[in-house]
Amino acid sequence: MENLLWLIPALPFAGALLLILFGRRMPRNLVAILGAGSVGFSALITLLLGFQFLSARPDFYVQQVWTWFDVAGFSPGIAFHLDALSLVFVFVVTFVGFLIHVYSAGYMADEEDFARFFACMNLFVGSMLMLVLADNLLLLYLGWEGVGLCSYLLIGFWYKNPANGYAARKAFIITRVGDTAMAIGLFILFQTFGTLNIQAILSEAPQTWPVGSQKAVLTAFLLLGGAVGKSGQLPLQTWLPDAMAGPTPVSALIHAATMVTAGVYLIARTNVIFELAPPAMMAVAIVGAVTLLIAGCTALTQYDLKRVLAYSTISQIGYMFLALGVGAWSAGIFHFMIHAFFKALLFLCAGAIIIALHHEQDMRQMGGLRRALPVVFWTFLIGAASLAALPLVTAGFYSKDQILWYALAGERGNVWLYLAALVGAFITAIYTFRMVFITFYGEAKTHVSHPPGLVMVVPLVILAILSTVGGFIELPHNFAHLTLFSDLLQPVLPGIAVDETIGESEWMFQTLAAGVSVVGLFLAFLFFYARPAAFQETITRSKVTMAIRDFWFSGWGFDKLYDMLFVRPYVYLSKLNKADVIDEIYTGMASLAETLNRALSRTQDGVLRNYITGVVVGAVLILTLSLLL
Amino acid sequence: MTNIPMEAGLLLAGILFTLGLISVLIRRNIIFMLISVEIMLNAAGLAFIVAATRWAQPDGQVMFIFILTMAAAEVSVGLALILQLHHQLKTLDSDAANKMFG
Repeated sequence: MENLLWLIPALPFAGALLLILFGRRMPRNLVAILGAGSVGFSALITLLLGFQFLSARPDFYVQQVWTWFDVAGFSPGIAFHLDALSLVFVFVVTFVGFLIHVYSAGYMADEEDFARFFACMNLFVGSMLMLVLADNLLLLYLGWEGVGLCSYLLIGFWYKNPANGYAARKAFIITRVGDTAMAIGLFILFQTFGTLNIQAILSEAPQTWPVGSQKAVLTAFLLLGGAVGKSGQLPLQTWLPDAMAGPTPVSALIHAATMVTAGVYLIARTNVIFELAPPAMMAVAIVGAVTLLIAGCTALTQYDLKRVLAYSTISQIGYMFLALGVGAWSAGIFHFMIHAFFKALLFLCAGAIIIALHHEQDMRQMGGLRRALPVVFWTFLIGAASLAALPLVTAGFYSKDQILWYALAGERGNVWLYLAALVGAFITAIYTFRMVFITFYGEAKTHVSHPPGLVMVVPLVILAILSTVGGFIELPHNFAHLTLFSDLLQPVLPGIAVDETIGESEWMFQTLAAGVSVVGLFLAFLFFYARPAAFQETITRSKVTMAIRDFWFSGWGFDKLYDMLFVRPYVYLSKLNKADVIDEIYTGMASLAETLNRALSRTQDGVLRNYITGVVVGAVLILTLSLLL
Repeated sequence: MTNIPMEAGLLLAGILFTLGLISVLIRRNIIFMLISVEIMLNAAGLAFIVAATRWAQPDGQVMFIFILTMAAAEVSVGLALILQLHHQLKTLDSDAANKMFG
């Protein structure tokens, strides 16, 4: 059975290859069936393998397909490694990926480049699966760059609009900054251990590096750099909101559910190295905490539905980083899974709304959609409740509560991290229900013309169910002793020790977290449903609040800052160097040769006697020289 | 038979060679240039003969035979070229044949 492992990434790759080669000549139905089917079969195989994995409980399955290359003792293989951690990721990528593919068949039905879309999506799923299944870091890096490429191709899917091309290039270049750091980290690992096999490195690292050794810290920081770039965390988060230029299913699959969590996967996968580098762990937690606050505040002010969701994604990944940073590994991965469900759901709902309103993304033009799109309304509400972590009934509550708890009570946690996470949860509840109230309540402003078809509704319902029941597989300790998820991850990710002195008061903090999200919901109700005009007036009356609003709206000025720090100096320098200083050397050589040629060709005057004179003078010179020397 | 010293022979050859060279350089009539080249060739031949006599070796005379045959060939080619030149330019002035400069 485990021989089927290679098929999981191979099927989407095969689908992509077929679609690239023959997609143009295929009928649209066949393209959709091939695109969604290849991912669907991967999901089926995952189900089979996962079932076997859960019943047999081995530590891992490894399948060596072939040797990639073999140079001087370094022979990375095309080899796949399935353990509990990669199983969770493969499960999310294939299942959520499959649902989004099905949805895309409806969403993209009127697109001209139907086959290109599905080819890129399949290529993405294949690369992502390779990333999470790779047993060595080189193969992981191949998948890592593969998903980066697909992200670029799909953000710029509507390439005829130059702004989309700009967004695609921005995403590609900014993530490349992180990837470079990660590549250097891989070099250090290879230099130290002589291999890039993940399991070999993880088992050797504690013997080679003492805790807090300089090289371990350096490597962990470089890996963190790669993770930060891919996952849209501070300071490389600016590409993610612009990535919303792509079609909405792309935003759901790549820029919410799967690819942007690759950084979380990388850190969790190399957890041993991070455990050896306490400063890097601290940095992970701080990056997560600061990012979740900044992105949350920005989400409060946005009017573009997809941008709100994008900033919310950044903020939620911040929670995952926070969890990883305090050593709550399984809590981070749990939140990843739940987030993949509800954020994919929210994006797909947003897509349904956008299509229904003729590609209108501005929330101010929406409103009153509750009656026009009832299914979308209810599923969106479920997703929003999960995102806002409304207590007890939503999956988001259970995953986020765990993170909040460990941020405070975990051995690496502290009050500041907890406060940041708590304030973040409050902000999350406000911006989430701001979205709900502005979009679905109030008076209708745009006429609904395209109600979503069955292929779009079914994935929404399935994801809505998952975003609710997904949380019940891991309950807080004081509720019931049900920890299926962390038990599953136990062999891969170390557990977390809890500070016993505050361990008793878990109830209190849970109530606090629940209260915060309910208060957030109430404030959103007050500001955006009950008295929107009064609230609007309060904001616009004072210059200070307007300034804060504008500052948050611009994403805390990061785009402007980077524009001034990097883009403009670079453009200025390249303008200075338009003639290319280095090239001067070569043009100089060419023009010297040309000058000499012109000077010498002047002696070719066609007068025979001059030639003879030249011969004679030369002969005399040579004879004289040979006599003298 | 009185022995002529080698120096005198070589000196004569040198003078002949220099005269030939100078007249190649200063003459513009191409026939005279050809004749001057012949003089230079013969000067070189004379030097060979003198040297052969001095060391009583036959090699120098062999070389002179070579030079004679080569000179004959050279003159025939040279005269053919001169005929062509005259045919094309209606003059024997070598400076007129400067169409291929640069």
